[in-house]
Amino acid sequence: MIAAGLDPIGQFEIKKLAELKIGNFDISFTNSSLMMVICVATVSLWLLLSTKKSLIPGRAQSIAEVSYEFIADMLRSSAGKDGMKFFPFVFTLFIFILFANMLGMVPFFFTTTSHIVVTAVLALMVFAIVIVYGVWKNGLSFLKLFWPAGVPIAIKPFVCLLEIISFISRPLSHSVRLWANMMAGHIMLKVFAGFCIMLVGAFGVVGGSLAGILPFLMTFALTPLEFLVSFVQAYVFALLTCIYLSDALHPGH
Amino acid sequence: MINAMTLMGLKLAAAPAGGENAAEKVFPPFNPDYFATQVFWLLLTFGILYFLLSRIFLPRIGQTIEERSSRIADDLDAASRMQKEAEEAEKSYERALADAKAKAHNVAETTRQSVDAEIKVEMDAADAEASKAAEAAETRIRGVRAKALANIESVASEAAQATIEALTGKKPTLATVKKALN
Repeated sequence: MIAAGLDPIGQFEIKKLAELKIGNFDISFTNSSLMMVICVATVSLWLLLSTKKSLIPGRAQSIAEVSYEFIADMLRSSAGKDGMKFFPFVFTLFIFILFANMLGMVPFFFTTTSHIVVTAVLALMVFAIVIVYGVWKNGLSFLKLFWPAGVPIAIKPFVCLLEIISFISRPLSHSVRLWANMMAGHIMLKVFAGFCIMLVGAFGVVGGSLAGILPFLMTFALTPLEFLVSFVQAYVFALLTCIYLSDALHPGH
Repeated sequence: MINAMTLMGLKLAAAPAGGENAAEKVFPPFNPDYFATQVFWLLLTFGILYFLLSRIFLPRIGQTIEERSSRIADDLDAASRMQKEAEEAEKSYERALADAKAKAHNVAETTRQSVDAEIKVEMDAADAEASKAAEAAETRIRGVRAKALANIESVASEAAQATIEALTGKKPTLATVKKALN
């Protein structure tokens, strides 16, 4: 029983809450789906309560407006003014990931972003939008992205090869960064917290509590760090999205 | 791709010392059984969130921010306009004040000049009168002095006549005495 509770991987297990099938695809409602629904519900509730359109913003409205300006500034500075057409998308990405990460910090809550499939879908969404919009807007000149100006012709093919490789590996790095951070953080927390329990099991309540101080302090220190990581990873994901979208808008650099 | 992931997952899953059947477990993030459901629910929830944000919440926030900034800009405009008006009012007030001062100065000046002129006229008149009086007095004095001088001659002659008479007992005529004195 304790051993099962100590398994640091157990927290990533998906459990079906309700069976659901479309054709051959199993789309059962799981704890992961539940967390996604909770995430959307939380965001909606927050914005519903905080956007009252008052001229002098209250505290909650200020937070909503600061988030709005934060993402808008980020998008504007990295993708330019015409990048603002992607603002709802980038904002949704940021808020969804942020809330998924933060909700994952609540004990016993499942972290949806700790699954590579989820982050991969998000990253591929960005990748697809960059390609589709880039080609639709720029036509063949979108390929200028891989043929950078101002590079000596002698090394240009080499640079072009590098550009292509880096472009293709984007969704991979984009998704793995978020996923690995979230998963590693949660495993680390679980391992150090589990140490405390194991020490109590090994040395009794008194000895174990004394010996458990160190892993306890470690858990204590890691928790705020994980909150920071949750925010930073959402920010990084959104920021990279902005930069990739800027490529679709201005492929000539 | 998925096969490789599954393999990796199997290897990783064997590592943690979990429950008794840990070896049978697949590392959960790499379990392909749950890929479809996660993708489905992610797309569904993300789509709903995107719809809500792009249609309702973000326009609302953006509108509020825009309204506020335009209101602030309007207020600033009004404030600067009012300030300009105040400055103009101050300028016109200063102008009026300067005009009034100049006028007052003029009035004072003209009054002073007219008063001065009046004083001068009166002074001249007084001077003329005084000099006339002085002249009259002088003529009178001159007359008196001449008379007195004349008197002195006759008094001196008479005194000399009396003196001679007392000394000699003989009384000379006035004319003789006068002749002798001159």
